[in-house]
Amino acid sequence: MDWLLDLTPDEWTAVGLSLKVATWAMLASLPLGVGVALLLARGEFWGKSLLNGIVHLPLVMPPVVTGYLLLLGFGKRGPIGAFLAENFGIVFSFRWTGAALACAVMGFPLMVRAIRLSIEAVDRRLEAAAGTLGANASWVFVTITLPLILPGIIAGMILSFAKAMGEFGATITFVSNIPGETQTLPSAIYTLTQVPGGDAGALRLTLISIAISMGALMASEVLARRAAKGAGLR
Amino acid sequence: MTLAVDIRHRLGAFQLNASFETNGRLVALFGPSGSGKTSIVNLIAGLLSPDAGRIVAGGRVLADTATGAFMPVHRRRVGYVFQDARLFPHLTVAQNLRYGRWFAPRGERHADMGAVVEMLGIGTLLDRRPGLLSGGERQRVAIGRALLASPLLMLMDEPLASLDEARKAEIMPYLERLRDETKIPIVYVSHSVAEVARLATDIVVLEAGRVVASGPTSDILQRLDLLSDEERGEGGAVIDMEIAAHEAGFGMSLLKSPIGELHVAGVDMPAGTRVRVRIRARDILIATERPRGLSALNILSATIVGIKSDGALADVTLDCGGERIAARITRQSCEMLGLAAGRPVFAVIKAVSLDGASTWQGGEVPASRIIGDG
Repeated sequence: MDWLLDLTPDEWTAVGLSLKVATWAMLASLPLGVGVALLLARGEFWGKSLLNGIVHLPLVMPPVVTGYLLLLGFGKRGPIGAFLAENFGIVFSFRWTGAALACAVMGFPLMVRAIRLSIEAVDRRLEAAAGTLGANASWVFVTITLPLILPGIIAGMILSFAKAMGEFGATITFVSNIPGETQTLPSAIYTLTQVPGGDAGALRLTLISIAISMGALMASEVLARRAAKGAGLR
Repeated sequence: MTLAVDIRHRLGAFQLNASFETNGRLVALFGPSGSGKTSIVNLIAGLLSPDAGRIVAGGRVLADTATGAFMPVHRRRVGYVFQDARLFPHLTVAQNLRYGRWFAPRGERHADMGAVVEMLGIGTLLDRRPGLLSGGERQRVAIGRALLASPLLMLMDEPLASLDEARKAEIMPYLERLRDETKIPIVYVSHSVAEVARLATDIVVLEAGRVVASGPTSDILQRLDLLSDEERGEGGAVIDMEIAAHEAGFGMSLLKSPIGELHVAGVDMPAGTRVRVRIRARDILIATERPRGLSALNILSATIVGIKSDGALADVTLDCGGERIAARITRQSCEMLGLAAGRPVFAVIKAVSLDGASTWQGGEVPASRIIGDG
């Protein structure tokens, strides 16, 4: 079994980078994910179906297309990329931050879907009851809505994280495959399968990938159960 | 506190056009399903905004479309007890109870947690989650939660409707205590004559979105024409009386009031207690001379004030020591006896029909024990 954990430094780097990218992708997209889910679940506005379509596009488009669009928009010469680099010093192209952005975009529809469903399941009469007890809209959201949708938020976070751990097409298109900077687990596995004698490394990383995914799923199961119990739903 | 409601509101095909003013301690909005009772309560709470009109409670303008004033729900300080309790599932009973208290203005938290918990008998439930409570327990916690928000007005939307008879009987005494021991006026929605007769000091009768009558309970429940066909048998006089003595040997109690003395079975409250007695119109016999050799214990002298015939039935209004009492007999008996307004008669009431189920603690209780000066 020793060979299993006997990873080369490059392979360790890829594992660590993947975890970092996935965690950032998940956390950074969470506030926006909750906001968009709220808008889609409760908002009544012109262009709602357009917003819904845009959010879900990465789910149905080829990942390469998403990655290319990110390159056009957030690349060094892209309008948004140039603006962010000039004004805030945030650079996405060929950086691990770009990988995180690509992963966040790809995982966004999954996250929004999970949260939106849980918001739609909230009994709005409870919110009305909280209002009669003196809570204004913000307090109602914090003390009633948020705790009740927590299982959905956790599910959305885990889905986003898992998607980020496996994201390949958009990432490699947008930020390429640079060891130590943008070479995540899938990219590393892909690289290893392309060189002679890389089979053992590819298998090691594959097993680690499976282990992380399983771990994430199980953690989400435990968290969701605890949150559901906390929400009095079970 | 005076509650004045004058509103027009459209909900789909339903048109609400209601106007009433009351300062009763417990005002029942009474009427069949779909008569607009819950809509009125939601308008008072601010969960609905009226198309036109004005709602004023104790000098506070809650809504006035003429000036565009609309006080948001969370500032109205109404304690709303919903038909379905609506306890927060993610909080314990104690946290539910404290929820409204926390939002009440600091200087106006009159309601005392310990006193409310004691009054509602929910001390053993505090650590539990609402999901594990019975219907009756849930409703009691909901009442406590509303009360602890130190509301200026309580709104109760058929709080007993989803409960079986046993659970209703369990909660009724708590509602009576709420009415008698706090100074908070209550608006109570119901379609049950039994509930209204027992709890209400005043009644607003609604039908198809309109107010058809309003006034003190004893006046309204005698007007049998206001009740639905199924409920008409439940209508009748509601009289405030006092327990004068217990007749231990037979398990009977003697009640006194201007209408005379009534013998009642199975009342286990101490002598001197003020009680309300409901005398159903259909439980009264009318005799033209004092009957003898009759098992009925209660024979009151009365004078006929008016007779209203309706098909096979006749509603006879009696004057009994200054109180009005409605009796319902057949038109046939009415004509056989030659009853007419002004004629002195005897009203005969079986003691059995006035058992504990139609005699409740009530009347004026001056002290406010739960709420300081709300």
